[in-house]
Amino acid sequence: MSEPSPSLQTYELSHLRQLESESIHIFREVVAEFERPGLLFSGGKDSIVMLRLAEKAFWPGRIPFPVVHVDTGHNFPEVLEFRDRRAEELGLRLIVGSVQQAIDEGRLVDETGPRATRNRLQTPILLETIAQHKIDAAFGGARRDEEKARAKERVYSFRDEFGQWDPKNQRPELWNLYNGRHRQGENIRVFPISNWTELDIWQYIQEEGFEIPSIYLAHERPVFKRDGMLMPVSPFLTPNADEPVFDARVRFRTVGDMTCTAAVASEAATLETVIAEIAATRITERGETRADDRFSEAAMEDRKREGYF
Amino acid sequence: MEMLRFCTVGSVDDGKSTLIGRMLYDAKSIFQDQWDAVELASSNRGDEYTDLALLTDGLRAEREQGITIDVAYRYFSTPRRKFIIADTPGHIQYTRNMVTGASTADLALILIDARHGMVEQSRRHAFIASLLGIPHFVVCVNKMDLVDWDEAVFERIRAEFTAFASRFHVADITFIPVSALKGDNVVDRSTNTPWYQGATLLHHLEEVHIASDRNLIDARFPVQYVIRPMSGEHHDYRGYAGTVTGGVMRPGDEVVVLPSGFTTTIEAIDSYDGPVAEAYPPMAVTIRLTDDLDVSRGEMICRPGNRPHASQDVDAMVCWMTDQTALREGAKYVIKQTSRVARALVRDVRYRIDVNTLHRDQQASELQLNEIGRIQFRTTLPLFADEYRRNRGTGSFILIDEQTNSTVGAGMILSTEASS
Ligand SMILES: Nc1nc2c(ncn2[C@@H]2O[C@H](COP(=O)(O)OP(=O)(O)O)[C@@H](O)[C@H]2O)c(=O)[nH]1
Repeated sequence: MSEPSPSLQTYELSHLRQLESESIHIFREVVAEFERPGLLFSGGKDSIVMLRLAEKAFWPGRIPFPVVHVDTGHNFPEVLEFRDRRAEELGLRLIVGSVQQAIDEGRLVDETGPRATRNRLQTPILLETIAQHKIDAAFGGARRDEEKARAKERVYSFRDEFGQWDPKNQRPELWNLYNGRHRQGENIRVFPISNWTELDIWQYIQEEGFEIPSIYLAHERPVFKRDGMLMPVSPFLTPNADEPVFDARVRFRTVGDMTCTAAVASEAATLETVIAEIAATRITERGETRADDRFSEAAMEDRKREGYF
Repeated sequence: MEMLRFCTVGSVDDGKSTLIGRMLYDAKSIFQDQWDAVELASSNRGDEYTDLALLTDGLRAEREQGITIDVAYRYFSTPRRKFIIADTPGHIQYTRNMVTGASTADLALILIDARHGMVEQSRRHAFIASLLGIPHFVVCVNKMDLVDWDEAVFERIRAEFTAFASRFHVADITFIPVSALKGDNVVDRSTNTPWYQGATLLHHLEEVHIASDRNLIDARFPVQYVIRPMSGEHHDYRGYAGTVTGGVMRPGDEVVVLPSGFTTTIEAIDSYDGPVAEAYPPMAVTIRLTDDLDVSRGEMICRPGNRPHASQDVDAMVCWMTDQTALREGAKYVIKQTSRVARALVRDVRYRIDVNTLHRDQQASELQLNEIGRIQFRTTLPLFADEYRRNRGTGSFILIDEQTNSTVGAGMILSTEASS
């Protein structure tokens, strides 16, 4: 019997390739054990990386689940265009849950006022879409370095029939042995990129050389200042009288609803320069650019308990 | 860049949060807004100093009660390595969460308060970390500033810990005298400990040799998923997707598939990025075999001359993780080991270990929440397993309660030979 002969090869994987393998393992595990998985696509760089990882996990087969987008009606047009094109290229079914439609039909009430956001309205539509399509495992692109409640969440995050997360009673999760068992009506949110940091995501995008929506790179756009953040002017977000609009060179670090995603001043128009800026930054991406997390210290934990990603 | 996963354990007030905060701060991995939030929360509560523990205690209940309930994951990197910290709770009530954090760790960082020396909790933490097969231990003797940097105190704790650890298996233990509060020997070398010649904590974490902790000898490939596109140019494609869980696999290798026992060769190892010449842990790849065999999820590809044990009798150390029921003789659970799922019957509770004294209670007939014991199982299907100490990937399993669907037990296989 010939055992592998010892060689000088050290068989070491770089941290990005280790993270990639871990994520691919999770994608495959879910598809092997669940009946109707779906990938929650937010339009952000994290979901774009997720799509690539899913593509790798099942190559040369196609990604064996649909992409689900909860459309708040306030999305960046660049992101919607990107979404449609990628879904087409990958031959994916696209399921859209529309917040606008629910408002038009009187099932949800839009917030009003200058600070209105549809962030909270996403949750009921997400739960509705999951129920309607009987999705039993919903992949999300959340990372543990984003926020302190997420730092505590398992890769397989069990949700009861109301979509709620119970942080004090999480299933133990050991090694790479995941427990996806659940009853009808319950589901699991799965976070394959839990262990990636923001910098890992950017380095991976660079190493892989894939395309991202243009709003991630520095560009000129009209903005105004609110709570110390640069908010993009859009049909969905109008500045108050005391909030003058000016043109600035900005890029986005996270991409969500246009009403609560702020831009950062930046000259970085290439991936290399974005990475250099991220590596040097002293502020977290949510702290810098997400108005929704600034409500309170436990804003994210509370939204997750209600059924948020 | 290499990646190191470590877990931190210590009793309440030994200075664990201060140490992590210090490391992140000195390694420039705390962001300004995180720091501001912690300062604000601290002053709102009326603390005299900025409580670094607030950086890691992320849940409302944890901040309210001032304790760590569940594992928090933290990330930082230096030019040499990326680190994943599993900050685990030290309280006995949350042992199951400590086990969760320890299961994937390459290294355990154990804190001991220099003034108190080893306490019951230090013993429990060390034992559990060893049980989970963590190959490297770093014992930080903290608060050295409060014992006048006395070498004798450090040496006494080192001797005590070494004596205790000789009762179980630890491959590598390093002791470091530190002051988490003042930063001595954490990132920067201390001038207060001229008698200490070793590395600082961060330096040690950057340098400790972990590449050979993986098993590169025993080729193990549990089939996770079968890729069959059945369309277009890939009409006849059949690839076995999975994560290499031991050894090095190459195209042309003669392999055997368990349980069928058919031998064949590896035709190719595929990946999205092109053909793979050598696949090793923890790579996720797709293997194609030369012969047209029907292999499914839960089966194992290995080398004909080096196979895991195939057995329905499993002897394992088990940590019980629920308060809803006890593990009892005669009970049945779902068992998940690699990609294999079966049912397991508890045949015998051989003994329960007192995690504080290591005393073995042979009279025990059940395990309650957070208890650890040696259990004999009979499974409905043979498992393809190695001893946990030889391979953490093929030697571990979880137990799931079929009524509640909860994960109720974690198992580390000692052997898979039928007991007499
Ligand atoms: N003098 C001194 N005090 C320390 C040191 N490390 C931690 N402390 C203090 O010990 C107390 C408990 O520390 P903390 O980090 O909250 O402990 P934890 O419960 O293990 O997370 C706090 O008052 C710290 O300021 C140290 O090295 N020297």
